[in-house]
Amino acid sequence: MLEIKNLYAGIDGNEILKGISLTVKKGEIHAIMGPNGSGKSTLAKVLAGHPAYQVTRGEVLYEGKNLLELAPDERAREGIFMAFQYPIEVPGVSNAQFLRLAYNEKRKHLGEEELDPLEFKDLLKERAKVVEMDASFMTRSVNEGFSGGEKKRNEILQMAVLEPKLAVLDETDSGLDIDALRIVAGGVNQLHTANNAVILVTHYQRLLDYIVPQFVHVLANGRIAKEGGKELALELEQKGYDWLKAAPETNGAGAGAN
Amino acid sequence: MATELKEKANSYQNAFRALQGTRDVENSWLDRLRENAMERFVELGFPSVKEEEWKYTNVAAIARSNFEPALSPEAKPKSELQLETVGSVPEARASQLVFVDGALRTDLSALSALPEQVVALDLDQALADERYSEIARKHLARHADYVVNGFTALNTAFMNQGALIYIPRGVTVEAPIHLLFVAQSEDKANFPRVLIFAEENSSATIVENYQGAEDARYLTSPVVEVVLAEGARLEHYKVQRESVEAFHVATTAVGLGRNSSYDTTTITFGAKLSRHDIVVTMDHEGAECWVDGLYLVTGDQHADTHSVIDHRQPNCTSHQLYKGILDGKSRAVFNGKVFVRHNAQKTDAMQTNKNLLLSNDARVDTKPQLEILADDVKCAHGAAVGQIDEDELFYLETRGIHPDLARNLLTYGFAEEVIAKIKLDSIRQQLDETVLNRLNARLEA
Repeated sequence: MLEIKNLYAGIDGNEILKGISLTVKKGEIHAIMGPNGSGKSTLAKVLAGHPAYQVTRGEVLYEGKNLLELAPDERAREGIFMAFQYPIEVPGVSNAQFLRLAYNEKRKHLGEEELDPLEFKDLLKERAKVVEMDASFMTRSVNEGFSGGEKKRNEILQMAVLEPKLAVLDETDSGLDIDALRIVAGGVNQLHTANNAVILVTHYQRLLDYIVPQFVHVLANGRIAKEGGKELALELEQKGYDWLKAAPETNGAGAGAN
Repeated sequence: MATELKEKANSYQNAFRALQGTRDVENSWLDRLRENAMERFVELGFPSVKEEEWKYTNVAAIARSNFEPALSPEAKPKSELQLETVGSVPEARASQLVFVDGALRTDLSALSALPEQVVALDLDQALADERYSEIARKHLARHADYVVNGFTALNTAFMNQGALIYIPRGVTVEAPIHLLFVAQSEDKANFPRVLIFAEENSSATIVENYQGAEDARYLTSPVVEVVLAEGARLEHYKVQRESVEAFHVATTAVGLGRNSSYDTTTITFGAKLSRHDIVVTMDHEGAECWVDGLYLVTGDQHADTHSVIDHRQPNCTSHQLYKGILDGKSRAVFNGKVFVRHNAQKTDAMQTNKNLLLSNDARVDTKPQLEILADDVKCAHGAAVGQIDEDELFYLETRGIHPDLARNLLTYGFAEEVIAKIKLDSIRQQLDETVLNRLNARLEA
């Protein structure tokens, strides 16, 4: 489904990703872990097409197509979804309005009938159960005045409505208390099927107790420093990230202080 | 040029003389008021950009035009009146006064939904009626100052169309009172005059609505005076959708009684050039007002708002939110003065003006001004001019929404903060639609 080959990318001329290669297949869950500044959020943003980031080398194939040629909205309609670490507030636009528009844009792209407000309301009500959100959230402005946990649940609600083939969850666990984490993770688990894939970007192992990945990739200084199964996350939990800094093949002098 | 403008002023003067000659009813105080106002207009003329208050708004095109005061309904309609225009506020089907080219159209007006004691009357009739002359005499031209503003002077001199709205003590009017002013004819100058007098503890909603035949060129220059007695409550909406070739120069002057509440929202969509002066005077303790607005302009439209909120007594509260959306080569002006006088202690005043520029050629001049002479007050003000937020745009794009559509959605959201607080469903929905149509967005509100 997704093939990242020797990807180099950065922002404002600073290179952050320095040769990432990663393959994700249908039905898989991958965790991207690593210390702050290792490049894991950059990878998520590059996949979503954030305009501030430039790819300088390498390629990304999504379902055999060159992903990097697609605009962010095209990527989304093709089935890529990114849950934001800091979801953006959109004042004056209701959640229901926003979701219906996004949903219908995708339907149109797939050559399907658009849903009218009433039909969509039923669908939304059904999908909202995935993250235990009640109707009052639908008439409120997108993320405006939502608590941290509500914003993250709203991200997963959007995922539930848009049914992406590939979901990239950027630090979805950050700032969540244990109840919200359980709800969010439960939502992701319900939405994960044999036909889609999930990339979890996270600093902590905690999330992986709830959403269990088959593959764990650890980033350091813009490269994949270590890869393994879910047990690698536990190892990181015990040892921290410091031991990775000594890992070979990093030439990043001055990088990774901390 | 000065001579030319003088002559134009004279043409209004001549029309005025002709009008005075035709009046058969003697009404000494009113005649004197009109005469004084005309005299004052001849002295003042139309404002010039040399005056600080008119620095950004050039009305020379109005002064140069041969607009003819719309006195008699010998109209040459540019297009037939659209019935949906008349029915545009369905809640007011039986509580509306419709004026076409200055004349009250009784066939389109209906007042059966109003409580018996409430008066909603053609101004001319009201002025001729002994029962209401006392109210008129006490309040008319006492709030809108014709001594400083040439347009107000002209309106006062010609005041012959418009309405008296009188809500007696303790009466609550459920149905919104809709005042619709339609300009159908070209080259006319319309001077609607409205006096709203709400007695103690009364409550009402008033919609002031201006529309014009498509692309017609004319001047509408209304003056609305609002007087709220102790404990009175008024919701007041003004919706300006004049033709895009028209001129709209308006004054709203409001006097607030003790513990009264005045909530107004002004929506500006139309006119080639529009100017709205709104002055709210809080000369009694405990009054509260909301003075909000939205201007949405494009092409070469020019929209100017000059607002004065004057805290003269203690314990009054004012809230102001004006938002502007500018596209094309349009231009907007927001000048908002909040005065807190010496003894206006415990004043709570909040003023915000936010502008969204959708094109590089649009321009806004915003000047919020706070003048505080009391020391125990809570006041804040701010102004912002910006473009669509890139983070918000990216967020919507990552949900599969095309950037053009995303921009429209964000612009709509920007306007919603003002529109959403409108309590009249029909007006709110129409505004939603207008904003969306303007933005060409494929959304349903």
